[in-house]
Amino acid sequence: MLEPLLRVIDLYCERDERILFEGLAFDLSCGELMQIEGSNGSGKTTLLRILSGLSGDYEGEVFWRGKPVAKVKDDFFSSLLYFGHQPGVKGMLTPVENLQWYSAIHPALLVERINCALEVVGLKGYEDVPCHSLSAGQNRRVSLARLYMNTAKLWILDEPFTAIDKKGVAAKERLLADHVASGGSVILTTHHDLTSCGAVTKVNLDQLMGT
Amino acid sequence: MAELCTNSAESSMRKLFSAVLKRDLLLSFRRKSDLVNPLIFFVMVATLFPLGVSPEPNFLAEVAPGVVWVAALLATLLSLDGIFRSDYEDGTLEQVILSPQPLMVVCLAKVIAHWMTTGLPLALMSPLLGVMLFLPATAMLGMVMSLLIGTLVLSLVGAIGAGLTVGLKRGGVLISLLVLPLYIPVLIFGSGAVQAAVAGLPLEGYLALLGAMLALGMVLAPFAISASVRISVSG
Repeated sequence: MLEPLLRVIDLYCERDERILFEGLAFDLSCGELMQIEGSNGSGKTTLLRILSGLSGDYEGEVFWRGKPVAKVKDDFFSSLLYFGHQPGVKGMLTPVENLQWYSAIHPALLVERINCALEVVGLKGYEDVPCHSLSAGQNRRVSLARLYMNTAKLWILDEPFTAIDKKGVAAKERLLADHVASGGSVILTTHHDLTSCGAVTKVNLDQLMGT
Repeated sequence: MAELCTNSAESSMRKLFSAVLKRDLLLSFRRKSDLVNPLIFFVMVATLFPLGVSPEPNFLAEVAPGVVWVAALLATLLSLDGIFRSDYEDGTLEQVILSPQPLMVVCLAKVIAHWMTTGLPLALMSPLLGVMLFLPATAMLGMVMSLLIGTLVLSLVGAIGAGLTVGLKRGGVLISLLVLPLYIPVLIFGSGAVQAAVAGLPLEGYLALLGAMLALGMVLAPFAISASVRISVSG
């Protein structure tokens, strides 16, 4: 039996005296795609921030390859790619400069794939345009281009399809399917139905909501 | 083998440092208003002071060290909020925290970039203000030296406050309250150095004290800055 990549045991989180989830437990193994579901305000983003290690405001335990996440931070962070609520793109920099900076702070992002990644996300020809003059969707595409240039094992994606057009969403779904097929794992939140990604494990936060 | 490892870690650290420094400098040069704002403030205070108090050369020469130093301190204080603010708002700060690279190195690079765009130009411009305030020419070198060292300390200490307040919508006032007490020793020894230079006394002692503060800040402030940024982002 292979050890799960990420194991969550008895997770409990409370915001403003409201329990978001309690007793949340799941395993994520290699090659698994997990979709977190729930209505607005059910704590999807909070859960992803906890799993990625951004937020320490929870009870319960998260294990990375069988060890507590806090103990193997370096290994965990080098295998993680997080796509947050904010696209994390500097308006004053061009897409290429943004991605160059990302690959400088994250060794799993390969700098030589920047041009290729920008081409795939449909930003060819915009390489030297400052991001503030690009549209919201294009800005998110700049950040999503990181998915095409990384070797990270675990992707945590918070609403990756927001402001992306239909064709783009289909391409992203194919990318997720490829990543999963090659042994990577994905946790994402989206209100969009994943149709072409193969097997999807679903975790519904609405059912876990406490009182 | 171990040596090879430390060597490659060292070079990757250097690469990270220069990448962050380059990016922050590029950002300030693209957004010129941020770059010019503290400088204009600095010049304005020194210009308005003689108009408001007295244009008498002897009086001005006497208060010039204090005026220049207070103006430089307030100009730095004004620009502090910008160190982490925009990175926090567009989500790049959380990406930095989630990167396997040490946050301390990133923070130190950001502080150095901040100093290069505020403290350094302030120090280089200060002789101009010195002339306007009838500061004797013999004191110019001491003033520039004390500002060069002192403003770097101000940036290092201020970044701790900026990190702590970046999660708040309006952190401006709080930053001032947090860091002003820590700025006072720098102000005392900084303006003391200039006064000693005016009086023709040796100023090595003052500069050495500023240098000691700088050494302490360089070593310890990055720990505090990265911890404060982490608290703000995870909050």
